Amino acid sequence: MNAAQPILQIKDLYKRFNISGDFLDQLKFEGGKIVRKQEHVHAINGVSFDVMPGEALCVVGESGCGKSTVARTVMGLLKPSGGSIHYKGDRIDSLSDRALLPYRQKMQMIFQNPYASLNPRKTINQTLEEPVRFHNPQMSNTEVADKVKEVMFDVGIDPSWGVRFPHEFSGGQRQRISIARALTLDPEFVVADEPISALDVSIQAQVLNLMMKAQEEHNLTYLFITHDLSVVEHFGTRVAVMYLGTLCELAPTKTLFATPKHPYTQALLSAIPRLEDNAPSHIRLQGEVPTPVNLPSGCVFHGRCPHANERCKVEIPELIACDDGSKVACHGIEEGRL
Amino acid sequence: MALLEVNNLEVSFGLRQGAVKALRNVSFTVERGERVGIVGESGAGKSVAAFSILNLISRPGEITDGEILFEGQNLATLSDKQMRSIRGNRIAMIFQDPMMTLNPVLTLGQQMVECLQAHRKISTADARAIAIEKLRQVQIPSPETRIDQYPHELSGGMRQRIIIAIALLLDPVLIIADEPTTALDVTIQAEIMELLLNLCDSNNVGLILITHDLGVVSQITQKAIVMYAGRIIEQGPTKEIINDAQHPYTQGLINALPQQTVPGQRLNQIPGSMPSLQAIPSGCAFNPRCDFVMDECKTRLPEFTRSGGCSVACHMVRAMKQNPETVQPVDSSEEVK
Amino acid sequence: MSSDVLAPAAAPSRWQRFKDSQLVHSFSRDKLAMVSFTIFVLYLLAALLAPLIAPYNPYDPSAIDIMDSEIPPAWQEEADERFALGTDAQGRDMLSTMLYGTRISLMIGICAVMLQMFLGVMIGLTAGYFGGRIDSFLMRLADIQLSFSTMMVAIVVLAVFQAAFGAELYADLAIFMLILVIGIAEWPQYARTVRASVLAEKHKEYVDAARVMGFKSSRIMWRHILPNTLSPILVISTVQVANAIISEASLSFLGLGMPVSQPSLGSLISSGFEYIFSGSWWITVIPGIVLVVLVLVMNLLGDWLRDVLNPKLYKG
Repeated sequence: MNAAQPILQIKDLYKRFNISGDFLDQLKFEGGKIVRKQEHVHAINGVSFDVMPGEALCVVGESGCGKSTVARTVMGLLKPSGGSIHYKGDRIDSLSDRALLPYRQKMQMIFQNPYASLNPRKTINQTLEEPVRFHNPQMSNTEVADKVKEVMFDVGIDPSWGVRFPHEFSGGQRQRISIARALTLDPEFVVADEPISALDVSIQAQVLNLMMKAQEEHNLTYLFITHDLSVVEHFGTRVAVMYLGTLCELAPTKTLFATPKHPYTQALLSAIPRLEDNAPSHIRLQGEVPTPVNLPSGCVFHGRCPHANERCKVEIPELIACDDGSKVACHGIEEGRL
Repeated sequence: MALLEVNNLEVSFGLRQGAVKALRNVSFTVERGERVGIVGESGAGKSVAAFSILNLISRPGEITDGEILFEGQNLATLSDKQMRSIRGNRIAMIFQDPMMTLNPVLTLGQQMVECLQAHRKISTADARAIAIEKLRQVQIPSPETRIDQYPHELSGGMRQRIIIAIALLLDPVLIIADEPTTALDVTIQAEIMELLLNLCDSNNVGLILITHDLGVVSQITQKAIVMYAGRIIEQGPTKEIINDAQHPYTQGLINALPQQTVPGQRLNQIPGSMPSLQAIPSGCAFNPRCDFVMDECKTRLPEFTRSGGCSVACHMVRAMKQNPETVQPVDSSEEVK
Repeated sequence: MSSDVLAPAAAPSRWQRFKDSQLVHSFSRDKLAMVSFTIFVLYLLAALLAPLIAPYNPYDPSAIDIMDSEIPPAWQEEADERFALGTDAQGRDMLSTMLYGTRISLMIGICAVMLQMFLGVMIGLTAGYFGGRIDSFLMRLADIQLSFSTMMVAIVVLAVFQAAFGAELYADLAIFMLILVIGIAEWPQYARTVRASVLAEKHKEYVDAARVMGFKSSRIMWRHILPNTLSPILVISTVQVANAIISEASLSFLGLGMPVSQPSLGSLISSGFEYIFSGSWWITVIPGIVLVVLVLVMNLLGDWLRDVLNPKLYKG
């Protein structure tokens, strides 16, 4: 296989959620007439990016920017409303559950909430053994048990604890078990949806280290969803910044943190509370994030952008490649006025 | 006299396994206009400490020892009625989830006027004028129209501003903020924190900020208190604690932040996790996770040692102070199995 | 990384786990629950062992002497020492008849609830998991079913059956008919409860995790979601058994339940009703007390279970 071929390609992805309820709920009385009205949440609006083998691509953004929806769509938990997803060149977004099975082994997911992502009625052994048995029906009981033991040892959970139930573990330990579950099938590609945001600071470091170790040992590729930019700086190969369902900037981590280009990225970076400076010195944004139900026209950020002009209000900016390897969707950058 | 002086506070929860002490031997002071941060991970007892100041601990928890002197008055012994005249009036509280404090069926104006009239004899028109003024202070755009809106019509950041406005309504001298920005996005968080900082500064209001985020503490507070397993382990000027932490746990917390490590390198993790309150190790509660553990740490509780402007509860720090040569840090890889 | 492998500790056995659970702890502190449970177990034992412990066989016509009819209980005058609780109008020993009657009542109650549970869980799980049109269709079906009262449906069905096939055949099939009618009439209770819990569980991440693993829908429904909806099922089951017993008793009282030859508690009460003014109150009152106590302890147990298994009540 060609080494330069991306492991995952997302092209012009759209995802809308219909929030208008039943047919009867959609009927509205307006101007003397009964009209049928449908409302949609525009969670993802034309997002395209590639994930290269061996890298950790971080998707950052604030709540409601659609980053988790991207993760869930990639994993097939949601069907996209438009666009395509290719895994190593094969289109996977339109496959049936059965046809997806071989890809399920290669693509795994780590979830945000360690308290909800493990089935409370199953012991750790049951949780970890089930996927191995399901995907490898030919394996004997001892082989399955050995595999589970190996993975548990890998993530730092004593295998003799496997007979216990999830509620007997702390949050950090549960997240280790979640990672173990993802690793039982020897995946190539792991989507991690805010895996550390529910954990304490000292535990976050443990889990991040574990994920980095797993990446080295199992040659993993990560799609890492997070809102925490300081983690991104540490963990990511490249960073994709999302705002209101669109991609603002996609750049190698070092470039992004050294020279953020998009006004939103700049504001986001300036807002990280750092230990060094003693007074907050962030870039102030006007207003609040608009709802994704009624998207602003043009650039979705124009309402809060200090540099917006008339063009920003009407024309949607394209993602444009810059010289230093980053891609930015901003008219100001394109015109050279920023 | 300090504005707030907490002495030897102990809070217990009577569970079916027996009484569990959620706070032990907690003492600290807050001066007028001082901003104090209480830092710790979940289960460290930082929220219990804040709630117990206002006597908001609900059954089965209770204050079993110690005193909370607020302007010379011991809050631990006050009746509910006396407490109500202090709560919200002299000391205000800001919660993590704004929807917890805002009543969804009343407009902002109704809630704010009610709050004012509960504590002061004041006409509705005057109360409304004060409410609008406070909304303006927290930079709510067009407060005259916003005041007649319901909480659900506002965004998360806006609601947290309203909460701050309500907290300021009766001109308190102390605000207790329990993780006020955890539920908010980074950009909004930065704005709320700046607002809180400026308002406390300009009104000379004391602030107790409870958070797990060391970055926020370093930006906002003058004094920091680090808690672990229900006890204070280190307290002192924020700058000193951030730049030159003495206690191994504080050091570990700071070093575990991704920004303290070169990108791509492993983070400096603290092994293990915080013990549950039912199973606190003997001696220093941190000893099973500590890289510098000595025999003494496993048997005897460390008392506070002064180090610069800080006081630290650690045997190692005390030993270093007394005789800097004798103490050699143990190599962590051998020590922990 | 081996440095932070958790220290091994002996895993508690299943029995130990059960003994330490919230359920047992709460039970051991709740006197009412303990008393209710003891009485319920006594009822169950009496029902199971009725053929062994009953002094007479009320189903055997040769053992019944019409001359023994309407003998009052032992503490009254004119009592007969052979019959501790007296006899009914046909001369059957009340104690034996009630033991057999409890057996029939409990059997109908439990079997009807099992039928309800089977239908309700299947329908509720399907509706909750798949959602959309299937959900709307099944839940409207449940609404329609609920808009007919249980008693009305049962009375109509049983009356039509009795009229169409005659009392003879009806007497033979009565027990099955009662189970079927009560079972079918009350399934929406289960379907709604199960659907509500499924909707709550469906959005938890462990279900997504199972989907990411590629498991089939049926596997996720039965093996992952269903075990997590068992607590509410357990709670409504106790109350539903009590309801089913009452329904059966009411139908029997109306003459649409068990025949006089194989009386349940309800038909015993009914059969004694004609004699209550002639002074033979015990034929109605004693089975009445037995029925009330049975239903009461089941409801008390149900309430206690609801308190224990509802985390909002004991954790909040």
